[in-house]
Amino acid sequence: MNETIERYVAEFRAQATRLPGARLPWLAAAREGAIERFARQGFPTLRDEAWKYTALGPIEKKVFPLAQADLGKVSEVGAWLLEDVPHRLVFVDGRYAPALSRVGALPAPSLADSLAEVLARAPHLAEPYLREAPAAGAFVELNTAFMADGAFVQVGEGVIVEEPIHLLFVSTTAGCVSHPRNLVVAADGAAVTVVEHYVALGGGGYFTNAVTQIAAGRGARVEHYKVQQENVKAFHIATVVARQEAGSRFDSHSLSLGAELARNDIATRFDGTGCETTLNGLYVVAGRQHVDHHTTIDHARPRGTSREFYRGILDDRARAVFTGRIVVHKDAQKTDAGQINHNLLLSRDAEVDTRPQLEIYADDVKCSHGATVGQLDDNMLFYLRTRGLEEGHARDLLTYAFAAEVLERIRIRSLRNRTERLMVERMAEAERLKELV
Amino acid sequence: MGSVTDRLDQFLTRDYAAGFVTPLEAEMAPKGLSEDIIRLISAKKKEPEWLLEWRLKAYRHWLTMTPPRWAHVHYPPIDYQDIYYYAAPKVKKAPRSLDEVDPELLRTYEKLGVPLHERAALAGVAVDAVFDSVSVATTFKEKLAAQGIIFCSFSEAVLEYPELVRQYLGSVVPPGDNFYAALNSAVFSDGSFCYIPKGVRCPMELSTYFRINAQNTGQFERTLIIAEEGAYVSYLEGCTAPKRDENQLHAAVVELVALEGAYIKYSTVQNWYPGDKEGKGGIYNFVTKRGECRGANSRISWTQVETGSAITWKYPSVVLRGDNSVGEFYSVALTNNFQQADTGTKMIHIGRNTRSTILSKGISAGRGSNTYRGLVKVLRGAEGARNYTQCDSLLIGDKCGAHTFPYIEVKNPTARVEHEASTSRIGEDQLFYCMQRGISAEDAVSMIVNGFCKEVFKELPMEFAVEAQKLLGVSLEGSVG
Repeated sequence: MNETIERYVAEFRAQATRLPGARLPWLAAAREGAIERFARQGFPTLRDEAWKYTALGPIEKKVFPLAQADLGKVSEVGAWLLEDVPHRLVFVDGRYAPALSRVGALPAPSLADSLAEVLARAPHLAEPYLREAPAAGAFVELNTAFMADGAFVQVGEGVIVEEPIHLLFVSTTAGCVSHPRNLVVAADGAAVTVVEHYVALGGGGYFTNAVTQIAAGRGARVEHYKVQQENVKAFHIATVVARQEAGSRFDSHSLSLGAELARNDIATRFDGTGCETTLNGLYVVAGRQHVDHHTTIDHARPRGTSREFYRGILDDRARAVFTGRIVVHKDAQKTDAGQINHNLLLSRDAEVDTRPQLEIYADDVKCSHGATVGQLDDNMLFYLRTRGLEEGHARDLLTYAFAAEVLERIRIRSLRNRTERLMVERMAEAERLKELV
Repeated sequence: MGSVTDRLDQFLTRDYAAGFVTPLEAEMAPKGLSEDIIRLISAKKKEPEWLLEWRLKAYRHWLTMTPPRWAHVHYPPIDYQDIYYYAAPKVKKAPRSLDEVDPELLRTYEKLGVPLHERAALAGVAVDAVFDSVSVATTFKEKLAAQGIIFCSFSEAVLEYPELVRQYLGSVVPPGDNFYAALNSAVFSDGSFCYIPKGVRCPMELSTYFRINAQNTGQFERTLIIAEEGAYVSYLEGCTAPKRDENQLHAAVVELVALEGAYIKYSTVQNWYPGDKEGKGGIYNFVTKRGECRGANSRISWTQVETGSAITWKYPSVVLRGDNSVGEFYSVALTNNFQQADTGTKMIHIGRNTRSTILSKGISAGRGSNTYRGLVKVLRGAEGARNYTQCDSLLIGDKCGAHTFPYIEVKNPTARVEHEASTSRIGEDQLFYCMQRGISAEDAVSMIVNGFCKEVFKELPMEFAVEAQKLLGVSLEGSVG
């Protein structure tokens, strides 16, 4: 066991009684089990197939103490709000900030609240999801051991929550870690849209280790947006685990723009027949940023449909990793799975490593995947230049167009506009591009 | 579907045609692996001191290594001390011509359909046949020698062209490259050596036939092909083994070196014994094959048809070092019953404007497991590199598996890398269409499968293409469902 791991274990021993839900025996046991498994397995290394291209040195070398939230630090979150999203839960350094949050009336028996609050008042609601935390690696264990707060969204049977729920996580303390834990539960026939949004106040580095569990009941629809805009010194590790019952639909959008080192694990499993899922993703990185997406779609039951669209734009010395795993289990006949990953390299020093993977144990299936890596097409550039656009301008326009396919799938208008604006602002010729798009 | 399935099942149970044992007396070294065994192998082959040292170094390195576990195959651990590392058919003295070769041996090759002897002349193929571990006879040597082409057994090359062997041996696959390559480097017993001088176009297709005959032996052959500037050679390799209940190990190393403007075409039809219907026995085929396009404008092309072996672990690769060099990989891999294959290629783009094409067709039937695993790596200096990869899988039956694990690593923005993969099964409507035209289910499946593989088969030399099609038919028997 290395020193960092020992320090985390020691910190757990010191903090365990003060963590939310410490008096719940089942939760204490889950946390205990998690820290033990974490201590045993340690951090993943490059020798782990799933982490082959992402070195965790910077996270491992340093011990991040738990952030002690000072809710007074943040008085204004207006800059990050989505104007057409009325429900919002704001978290400062991982702790719920009621003064900044606003949750409108949700149709009963639905609920959107802080997880710590739910653990204090009605722990039985969260118990089925936290008692048996998903076995998804060292960072999930670490989160389970230390999680202090997060969002708890539950939508009752047949209830359709039209307006999205915005979960805003603001990090303010350099050198600290927060372990947000979110639960999104849609009962049979329910529908809900959640935006999980990570931002920073200040420029110091910190570590976010988030876990989001999603459960979609029979025929339920869950749409999940994850917008990662951490500052460029931050480490962001996030795991999204979805379980889908028969006839349900799960749509995931991952927009990864910030952080020095970001890793997103997104996994869904079809536990019933006829499930559908779409995984969208866009990563835009520059400087020395490193972004790693690891997606898994588990077709465990027949007649499932999945689509995956991931695109990446890399500049400077940035590096992007994509692993897309589609597993079709033995009896999952009539599965239809398609996956595509396109990468655009804008600089000589950028690097892309992509691994689309198919693992198929059933015969009556239709599965395909594709991956490309390349730079802007010379013919397209030439065409735009013949129309009188300067080269830099033409490049920006084509780069923007490359991202547009993913952006177009964002159904929340304010979020789409904001992301488009962010994209444009990153371009060298932003002013001129604004006129065009 | 049931009746079609049943018929397909019947169709898929045909026998392994090359499963006979030749009653030959073999000279064997004791079982097990140690420095003494390596010294014995080296002494038997009257090898120079440097080669023995090379082997021992590889062996010592091997001792520190562990078998790779990342492949998508399952098998009990291999006891490396329970294998004969040297088995040679007993002959009184070295044969000087084909007439002196044991007639029993020649009959074996005849059964296998190897065009040795007179038939070789008709087929225009020069054969270097490797029986267990020793090269038996090399045909057409004189004719080739007239053009300066060297085509002989590896042991002969070590004795007669030590400088060439020493210069190139291990230069593409270093002895410590991987577990099985290290094992091979320590104990390799024979193989083929081929040298094409500058500007020579080899007038005939060179061919080696490997056969594992003795029981409990491992076959560790080593092939080295060097094509000098502007040279061309097409090389064929075929493999069979008798039926046995135990698993036998085959860990070969093939090294290709293409200098400026040279073109090496390497074709393999691998039909090692795949084990019986219950998955008992069969060959473990753990092979390291790699070619290096050392000079500008050179080209290396691998074509493989893998129908045999209980387990295949094989990634013929090309290191594209020279500018404008071209690497190609065309593969058909079929797994039936309990066969497992984890195969693919590596294309390492180093030079400018290097191009590679990967075309892989995997067919799984019965309880077979078929994995494509490939790496396309574009290094920083590989301006304008281009890769196109297509891997398709065909599933026959609901108990088999087909997996695709491509790795794409790009460090140069001017590179264009494309990967496409699809998985499907033989459509009932396709079968139905054929059957209502009076084609039996059996023929229909074989037609559809052959159509699926056509793009790869057309890369094979003609005789091989015919054989490959037949093999595919045989291997599929009893599995269609």
